[in-house]
Amino acid sequence: MDEPPPTRYRDGARAVAPFAVAVLGFGVSFGLLARVGGWGWLAPIVMSATTFAGSAQFAAASILGDRGTLAAAVAAALLLNTRYAPIGVSVAPWLDGPRWRRFLHAQLVVDESWAISARGEGRYDPRILVGAGLLLYVAWVAGTAVGALGGQALGGPTTLGLDAAFPALFLALLAPQVRRRKPLFVAVLGGTIALALTPFTPPGVPIIAASVACLLGVRR
Amino acid sequence: MSSLWLVVGLVGLGTVVIKAAGPILLGGRPLPARATGIVELLAPALLGALVATQALGDGRAVVLDERLFGLAAAGIALWWKAPILVVVVAAAAAAALARAVM
Repeated sequence: MDEPPPTRYRDGARAVAPFAVAVLGFGVSFGLLARVGGWGWLAPIVMSATTFAGSAQFAAASILGDRGTLAAAVAAALLLNTRYAPIGVSVAPWLDGPRWRRFLHAQLVVDESWAISARGEGRYDPRILVGAGLLLYVAWVAGTAVGALGGQALGGPTTLGLDAAFPALFLALLAPQVRRRKPLFVAVLGGTIALALTPFTPPGVPIIAASVACLLGVRR
Repeated sequence: MSSLWLVVGLVGLGTVVIKAAGPILLGGRPLPARATGIVELLAPALLGALVATQALGDGRAVVLDERLFGLAAAGIALWWKAPILVVVVAAAAAAALARAVM
């Protein structure tokens, strides 16, 4: 097989552009939600710029909005982000260079940039990862700012169907990875584990627990 | 107000540490062969879980709602090998339409 031409950061940004549009919309809805929940305009923007993990931020905002405790909000958000530990391990062999650069590149790893940089069989393209991550970061922070600073005129995330956009995004990311039987089995198992645990565990735990599916898949 | 900033600070700090751990500790070194076998199945496992929880989860409840129309539309679009943007727009439109009609 011929070696494919080397990729550039720009290729990553281009590949992830459709996701960036959705992430922008998601960011607007986070900014709006936080603003409505009494966060002011600065806190949601600071959180998007420092945390850069949508589902965790939504979890923290909704728990605080339901008058949950500080500990519950932090725990739920960090549990949701625990998946970035194994995800970080999976991309680690391809992120090289000095420590500060690995540190910065690691911060650009989110579900979408990670999945789009996957080259199958556990390989990842670091340029795609970083290029995609940068564009998603800009979209996420800009979207949050739009939502937090104004945007009351925009419709809610559910009337726009944004909540349905996210499972669709993840399905689109999953599709090319499950052409063989084993990863398909693991994906279905992961989804089943997550749903089975949803009623019994705090948000975030089902997704982490689903990673056990890959251990069962290896044994099969 | 200060507890809000504490949440923002703690979640931000924790997330930065979690994300950095793997690449800082293991960066640039190949994983052992056995670990590679597991890691290559991590993507389908986590993505499968994300599809399921984002489509059917609502806090601690599993619910069937308009998102399923969106997911079905996405599945059809993927079957036709549509670009990702088309897949996502189809899903959002199907869910929004179902919500408006039902």
